[in-house]
Amino acid sequence: MKNESGIKLAQMLKNGVIMDVSTPEQALIAEAAGACAVMALERIPSKIRREGGVARMSDPKMILEIQAAVSIPVMAKVRIGHFMEARVLEAIEIDYIDESEVLTDADDQFHVDKTQFKIPFVCGCRNLGEALRRIEEGASMIRTKGEAGTGNILEAVRHQRSIQSEIKQVMGLSDMELSKQAKTLRVDLNLLKEVKELGRLPVVNFAAGGIATPADAALMMALGSDGVFVGSGIFESEHPEKTAKAIVQATTHWRDAKKVAEVSKGLGESMKGLSTEEIRIEN
Amino acid sequence: MSLEKKIKPKTQINGGVLAFQGNVEEHLLALKKCGIQGRRVLAVQEVERLTHLIIPGGESTVMSAFLVESGLGKVIKERAQSGALSVFGTCAGAILLSKQVYPAEKVEPLGLIEADINRNAFGSQLHSFETEVEYLPTQQKIMATFIRAPQFKHFGESVEVLAHLNDEPILIRQDNVLASTFHPEYLEDPVIHRYFLEQC
Repeated sequence: MKNESGIKLAQMLKNGVIMDVSTPEQALIAEAAGACAVMALERIPSKIRREGGVARMSDPKMILEIQAAVSIPVMAKVRIGHFMEARVLEAIEIDYIDESEVLTDADDQFHVDKTQFKIPFVCGCRNLGEALRRIEEGASMIRTKGEAGTGNILEAVRHQRSIQSEIKQVMGLSDMELSKQAKTLRVDLNLLKEVKELGRLPVVNFAAGGIATPADAALMMALGSDGVFVGSGIFESEHPEKTAKAIVQATTHWRDAKKVAEVSKGLGESMKGLSTEEIRIEN
Repeated sequence: MSLEKKIKPKTQINGGVLAFQGNVEEHLLALKKCGIQGRRVLAVQEVERLTHLIIPGGESTVMSAFLVESGLGKVIKERAQSGALSVFGTCAGAILLSKQVYPAEKVEPLGLIEADINRNAFGSQLHSFETEVEYLPTQQKIMATFIRAPQFKHFGESVEVLAHLNDEPILIRQDNVLASTFHPEYLEDPVIHRYFLEQC
């Protein structure tokens, strides 16, 4: 059932930065700055939040143009539960599908049955239970939901801390307690056992939703993320190219605060951002 | 000159994995299975004491930029050419070790092995695959994992082929440099890592 090859592709992305891009030009800037993959989407999350309306899968034409421009993997988003949008993306040979809460939900009962696809999926989560339920549905990669489009790191930190502390807790459980916890989380006991054995999620776990600065990226790495997604933080900043490079450096060298300081110098204005109180929480 | 390099004994093995981006942990684990406590290599001073360096899978564009920016690329090249450092590149790592990369403009390879290579030779993730191949040094079957894999195009006479897939080379060696287009870090028994540490 597992998409072994998809799980392994996610492992190749580790310690890297995946950047949201809306045009081939932006995709080339991202690639040159050191993005390990790009997420092709028509409207970056901050714009979706400002403009409102129903947010859907992007135009395949625009995605194909981005695929043609870069040599790194290209991802694209589908609405939660919209398996037909996912089939469309598979048909154009995308490298990874993000079943994303950033778009408007298409199904309030079911996520996409990801085991039916050869193309791997990444899914968002806020805690261990959500992460494991997505993995059970066939997700090959997990990311925090965070609060996309805000430039506010608070929710991403909350979600990553929650996953990490719940994993620590699972590692201390007896077999009997583990069985009870599996029921509480509504997940398969064997999957929870795997988490206990590994001391981590069985798939790659990235941070997403609110990363706007090199220090934000380094913070998420220090909290145990395998890499980061940066959405609006790059192309809404004053100097996208410089900011993109700096975030890539900070993600790789997060253990070295001097390096993070060095790359943080003179980046100009970050995206303006929103505090989470100012926005409607839609999760 | 190649013979000298081959017989030069490395008394103490100091292994490391280039850790800018990509599949670092899995290679460290494979080294551990071989009894080697590998180190993460991010800076020039960290490669100076090494005898064996692995360049992992990941994105070659990303690692190439880091190699140039950090000055590590130059140091790795010098130490490998002097025979002091053996290097094993897997997937993206194999791209970085090659002489010529196609398409050419996005990656600056180290040119440590007489081979040309095509990036993403099989297409998108839809065409990633696993298959059994014969590992020639021990003539055993191994499972080779190809993820958006590159493919060697031409290679020089001094290059030895250690595994094929459909008559195309997938694991090659030239003296102290080893390169694979698949991911040997996923082998339960790390035969190729052991070969690298003992023979290269």
